[in-house]
Amino acid sequence: MIAIAVIRLRDLFAVIILFGIYSLLTAALFMDLNAVDVAFTEAAVGAGVTTVMMLSSLYLTSRWEATPKHNSLLPLLVVCITGAVLVYASLDAPLHGDPSSPVHQHVAPRYIEKGPAEVGMPNMVTAVLASYRGFDTFGETFVIFTAGLGVLLLLGIQKPHKPQPELNTVANEVVLKVVVKMLIPLILLYALYVQFHGDFGAGGGFQAGVIFSTGFILYHLAFGEIEARRVIPTCWLPRLAALGVLIYGGVGVFALLEDKPFLDYSALADDPVQGQHLGVLLVEFGVGITVFSVILLIFHILAGRSRQS
Amino acid sequence: MSEILQWIGGLFLLVGGVLCITGGVGLLRLPDFFTRVHAGGITDTLSTPLLLVGLMLHMELSLDTIKVLMILVFVLITNPTATHSMAKAALHGGLRPLGKTPVEQPVQNPLQGNETGENSSKP
Repeated sequence: MIAIAVIRLRDLFAVIILFGIYSLLTAALFMDLNAVDVAFTEAAVGAGVTTVMMLSSLYLTSRWEATPKHNSLLPLLVVCITGAVLVYASLDAPLHGDPSSPVHQHVAPRYIEKGPAEVGMPNMVTAVLASYRGFDTFGETFVIFTAGLGVLLLLGIQKPHKPQPELNTVANEVVLKVVVKMLIPLILLYALYVQFHGDFGAGGGFQAGVIFSTGFILYHLAFGEIEARRVIPTCWLPRLAALGVLIYGGVGVFALLEDKPFLDYSALADDPVQGQHLGVLLVEFGVGITVFSVILLIFHILAGRSRQS
Repeated sequence: MSEILQWIGGLFLLVGGVLCITGGVGLLRLPDFFTRVHAGGITDTLSTPLLLVGLMLHMELSLDTIKVLMILVFVLITNPTATHSMAKAALHGGLRPLGKTPVEQPVQNPLQGNETGENSSKP
């Protein structure tokens, strides 16, 4: 229903808020399916950071969507036919949660049975994400890095423009500044907690990077662009993003140099389980750094552009 | 003892829920932006801690209870700030409360705008 409203509305501001609500509902749905890590990431990214970034890019364009010039009957027909074909194909899939489906027969039992012994951490999602499926997570980190790179190439970093004194909105915002000063250390501390607690509970590098960047985005929103760029200069952010990916790849290459397969963490220490712990720690750290710097970079770039009106 | 706690927790949950609905009704039915922000802000700031206290009374005292308490404190701090920021931003953008003449251009000096805003919100 929210999706239909999003499609039909022309007011982009309302659309952005509806997207935030949609992300929140999806996070609740993931919680209902017992996928806590995914729900965490969805809530942080979808209902938090994406809304802020879309609002900051809305500032650069117009608020109202232009009425479409073409007749939308043919696309509607194509979409309906494709949707019908997909629904027909999904009827053949095994039922949700069916214990006799192939995915529960071969791979999942091995993770569940051998996971605590081989990797040695209580959170099986992090074990699968960082150790068993480390290649995929490496690819994801690279995708995030490429997204930041794309925005950087397309838009570029602008010099921060001087705030005009009469239009300076954040000059006497006492309440906001005081509260933000109180909240930012707690937000950053929570982000570090989520980062290093990923072994035991819900958490990990992605969520931690997002939450860490929201602390900086909050500072940017409350104190203005000049102050925010003084805290962390924008030219450092691409370097940090590259550093994160480098840490991840470096762990893999180190394993290669030890005559083991790429990203085999048992090469990192004498005891294989210790090696797994260390490997997951380093890898998640790299992911956290990359996610944090890319999100902050995109926000700096979007917020730094003045409206070309 | 835990029976009484369950009942009190249920009462808190009920009151919090009723306040949420009241806030929703206020958001939809009130005429002006500032009244809507006021309705949403006040009822949300009260109902969320009430709901969370009701939740805490249903849990045994553990680390999770402290986490819910932290969420409660966080909401208590951030929700009024957000309401204040929204109203301040609307004032800066030139929106005036209902019943006052609208201003043609956005406010130039935030300090001046603040005073005018306070003047116009007096009955």
